This record gives sequence, C-alpha cells and structure tokens, in this order.
Amino acid sequence: MSTYHETVVLQGHIIDSLILAKVLDRIVMMGGTFDLQDVNIGKTREQSSSARIVIRAASKALLDEILNAIQPHGASIERGTDCRTELVPDDGILPDTFYATTHLPTQIRIAGRWLDVDRIEMDLAIVVNEEGSAAHAIPMGDVRRGDRVIVGREGIRVIPLQRPQERDVFGFMESQVSAERPHGHIIADIATRMRQLRERHRQGQTDAKVLLAGGPAIIHAGGRDALTWLIEQGFIHILFCGNALAAHDMEADLYGTSLGYKLTGGQPLPHGHEHHLRTINRIRTIGSIEAAVHSGIVKQGIMAACVRQTVPVVMAGTIRDDGPLPGVITDSVHAQQAMRALIPGVGLALLVASTLHSIATGNLLPATIPTVCVDINPSVPTKLADRGSFQAVGLVMDAGSFLTEVGRTLGRPV
Amino acid sequence: MSRLLVCPPDFFGIEYEINPWMRLSNRVDHERAVSQWHTLMRIFEQELGVVLERMPPIPGLPDLVFTANAGVVIGQTAVVSRFRYPERQREETHFEQWFCAQGYEVMTVDAGLHFEGAGDLLGWADTWFGGYRQRSDIGVYPILGERFHREIIPLELIDRRFYHLDTCLCPLSGGELLYFPAAFDHYGREVLAARIPTERHLVVPEDEALKFACNAVCVEKHVVLPAGCPTTEGLLQERGYDTHAVQLDEFMKSGGSAKCLTLALD
Repeated sequence: MSTYHETVVLQGHIIDSLILAKVLDRIVMMGGTFDLQDVNIGKTREQSSSARIVIRAASKALLDEILNAIQPHGASIERGTDCRTELVPDDGILPDTFYATTHLPTQIRIAGRWLDVDRIEMDLAIVVNEEGSAAHAIPMGDVRRGDRVIVGREGIRVIPLQRPQERDVFGFMESQVSAERPHGHIIADIATRMRQLRERHRQGQTDAKVLLAGGPAIIHAGGRDALTWLIEQGFIHILFCGNALAAHDMEADLYGTSLGYKLTGGQPLPHGHEHHLRTINRIRTIGSIEAAVHSGIVKQGIMAACVRQTVPVVMAGTIRDDGPLPGVITDSVHAQQAMRALIPGVGLALLVASTLHSIATGNLLPATIPTVCVDINPSVPTKLADRGSFQAVGLVMDAGSFLTEVGRTLGRPV
Repeated sequence: MSRLLVCPPDFFGIEYEINPWMRLSNRVDHERAVSQWHTLMRIFEQELGVVLERMPPIPGLPDLVFTANAGVVIGQTAVVSRFRYPERQREETHFEQWFCAQGYEVMTVDAGLHFEGAGDLLGWADTWFGGYRQRSDIGVYPILGERFHREIIPLELIDRRFYHLDTCLCPLSGGELLYFPAAFDHYGREVLAARIPTERHLVVPEDEALKFACNAVCVEKHVVLPAGCPTTEGLLQERGYDTHAVQLDEFMKSGGSAKCLTLALD
C-alpha cells in the first residue's frame, strides 16, 4: 500500500497538557496513522518535552488536511535537508561515506521532494539518475564511474513496516523460531496466502508471485512430489536452488533414488552413490534440463514441472558441486544478479531446507515481502533473522512434512 | 504592594470589529466609559492599595486601554505582544517604548508567532496556563517556558466569544481557579481537573461568564470583577474573598472588562 507521510515535531509541555494526546487523537480521527518516535519527556516540571511523529495517510490530500488540523496545536513539519550525493570514483568502487541501505522502504529528499528508492534491498548503495527524478538500490559491484551515489545520512528516511491488515501469521512481523510451537495454523496461513496469490497472479496482478528457494533435503525428506504438484498447480512461480536439488530431483526420476538411496524403500542400491553423477552427466550430454524434459528423458519431478510451467529457475553453484548441471551459474556474482532480477513481483517467499540459499535469498528480499523460512535446524531461521531478515517467519520442521502439509491444505490428493 | 499598568480611556471606542463582541453600530458612551474606568481605578488605589502606572493614551488606538495585552512582565523582563490583527499591531511599539522607558529588559517572540501578553498567559508562580488558537500561537509557550524556567500548560480556546484566556479563566491568590469550563475542550477540562483539586474549582455559570465574570483581578484576598455576577461573587465570598463589583458594560462592548484593563507589573 503506498502511503504519504510527513514528520512533525511537537515541543513544549505536551504531555501533562494532553496536547500530544490531542494531536495523536486528531490524526487517527481524521483517518491517518502515526508512528511516535523520539519522545523526550522533561525530567522536571519546568523542562519541556518533545516528540517526533511520523504521520501517514492514504492520500496527499488527507495528509495535507491532517497537517493543517494539527499545526495550530504546535506540530511543525520537521525541517529536513536534501540528501547528498557524490560521484562514483571508479567502476565497482563506492565513495567512502556511501549510504548503506536497509531492506525497509526508503526515501531520499532531492530539491525538497521525497523520492522512493526502487528495488530496495539490504546492504546496497543508492544511485540517483542525473535529473534527480529516480533512485534505486545498487550493489557495490554494479556501480559505474560517474554514477551519482548517496553519501552521509541526511535527507534519507527509512519507513518502518506497517502492520499488514491481514490478521495472519505474517501480521506479527517477527521471526518466530521455535520447534515447540504448533505448526498447523502457520501452514494454514501460508496456504491461504498461496491460494490468494495464485488467483491474483492468474489475473495478472503485480506482486503476486511465490518464490521458493530450496535445498536438496526436499528430495531426501520426501517433499519432491508435493513440490512438483505445487508447481504444476501454479502455486510456485519462481525457483531458486543449487546444483544438488536439480540433480537429485532428476536422479529420482531416472533412477528412483536420491543420493543412491531408494526413495520408496529407503535401502541403498549397489553403486547408487554414482546415480547423481550419472544423472548430471546425462543432462550434460543432452545439453540442458529443458531439452531433457522436452525430449522425454526426464518425465516427472520438480525440474520437469518448472520446464512445463515455464517457471524460471536460478541454479546457483557452489564450490562442492559435481558437474555441474547445464544452467548452473558458477560465478556467484552472476548468480546473485540473476536471482535479484527475479525479485520484483514476488509476493511471498518460501525458503525451504537450505542454509545457503535461504540466507542468500533473504538478503535480496525487501522487508515488505512476507517470508517463511522452513528448516529442521532451528539455527537457520535464527541466522536469517540475525542477518536482518526480521520479517521472516521461522518454522522448525522437516521440509518433506512442510511441503506435504501445504499441498494437502491446498487440495493435493493424498 | 501590587503595581498595575493602566491606560486612560481618552480615545477608547469601537473603530473596528475583531471579536464577536465588537459591533461598529454599538457605539460607546464615552463619558460613561470614562466614569466607569475612573471608578475601577479608585477601587484599585483606594480600597486595595494598588499602585497604578498610567501610560499616555494615543489617538487612533482605541484598544490601548486594554493593557493586559501589552505583554507579560516577569521580574525585570517584559515580553512584548505580537498581535494577531493588524488593527492592534499598531499598539506594539507604544507598549515596547513604555517598557523600555521604565527600564525593563524587552523581549519579543519569534517573528511569525502571535502572542497577546497577559491576556493569554496567566497562572501561579510555578504553573502558567497559555491560551491558544484564537489569538496567541501555541508555539510561543515552549519559548517562554524555556526562557523563564516555568511550566506552561497550553489550553485551547474553543469558543470565539472567549478569545483570550483571561476572558474565561482566572487563577486566584489562594490557589483556587475561577473559570468557565465550556470555553475549553475536554482535553483542557481534563488537564484542569488533574492539576487543581476539585474543591478549588470555582465554576462560573454561563450567563455570568458571558458578562466576563472570569475577567477579574485578584489582589491578595480581594477580587475586582464586573457587576451583575452575583453567583460568582457568592462563590468567591464562600472562599473568603472580598468582592468588588464594578459596572464596566461600556468596555464589554469591546469584549473587555476589569482584567483586560490592567497589566500586573510585579
């Protein structure tokens, strides 16, 4: 929801006189909302108090009305300054005092006007176009000599997340990492969101895509069929994974094993550990996963579903990869760029059973995107939250059970 | 010994309309006004032993007589008013000159902020109330509070007829508060209820509030107030105050009464 906001300052004996209460009441009565920031209460009766209030309204007209109504009570618009910029000295090098972003919605002030920063993401810089009419977050490596980059902290405001109107698990906007909590209602909320997003996506609405970033444990833990079904039914619109998830998924199709273990019975097969290597080699022989699916060599599974549903897949390589499969991006900066390019339009992110891909994806997501991190190891959602993705709801459970339960809730025949 | 600044009504009259009481058609009986003013002065000087400082009246400034709006005097500092209406802005330099000539340190509030002196700022030694919204801007009170190390509680005036705080609220020397609650919103009434114990609230009835019963001058245990306010006088007498009612209806045509005609100097 796009909102208009302005910061005002209230000073004086504002507490005992109920002036602060009156101003806040007035904002709410008129249909606005507020964040109360930096309240300094005078230590003695003689000392005055002060408060900074961020006022939000759904329209510019309403914001102006509210400002007009509260100004007689002493609320004055905070005098701000414009942001400062410096030119990038060389390709991939930021000025020393560059502003490092958070993943919260951010605005910069240029010539007295507040401008939204597009494509916000944590730990980037902000580049402004020559006219000063548009700004977007940019990774360090992507800046080019002569780009105008924001420096210092003046003229920048970071907007705290508003509590979403939906009263579901995402409304709490905090990482809940505990194996002790019941999972049922969280999964039900996720399924509800996925159903709504599929509908909105089918109608061509924006920010309606569901992104899943997953690790190979999805295959070992028995989540492959459920995830395949979710992709086929149009519930997943983007897949981020590594070499292993794709390799074991296709190994399962070609050999019925995952890392050599029979998926149905669980027993190891003779020379089964070679299956994933033979799978990778097979796909390399064919040339691409798409060709393997289209030619009917790979018939079922996650990768086959992605190819048939034209779900874009980014496979990011790592130093322990075998092969890798064709399509795996082995330059991690390029992989990051490919993932970043698919973030706009995402309305829900599911990070399942992968420390590496969950945290890498979490770092790319703006705080406004509802995010779920599912892992049997509680340290993964904790680590994700510690890295700043506080919006992620942590779910400590097995990936297979999670996907199966989501599928069941969304109507997958058992 | 109390000292009050006053200004003889030589040029008093209604020459413009800047409050709901003023009607150009409602002519002042000048002779009667002069007589009422002198009666008021006689009470102050002879019955209350107040010292009066008279500033010279100026032709063309009919409201100079309302010295409560000259500014506010705190110790040796005079904060000179910055009037909201151009009609009264012409008085500012005269008040300022008078304070300078008397040796006061003169202070003014920020340009762009309105402040109408003791008409809107009144209280007790430790707590002041600042009326705002009609004439004075709320923004002056943090400035004055900081400058004089006093707590100033802003009170919004919501009824145009009670356009200065001293038209609807009068702090008394014994800690009681004479006031008309309907001139304030519920926030203001709540603040007054929280600040002053209920038994010290002297609530003026509407008919007497409209006669400016609250526009009273309290000097120790004496209260000088406009005539025609028997209930208010009764409330005051119950609390041990001597009341002195003065007919000031000629000045009411301009929206002022006893308090508006004086400024406490110390």
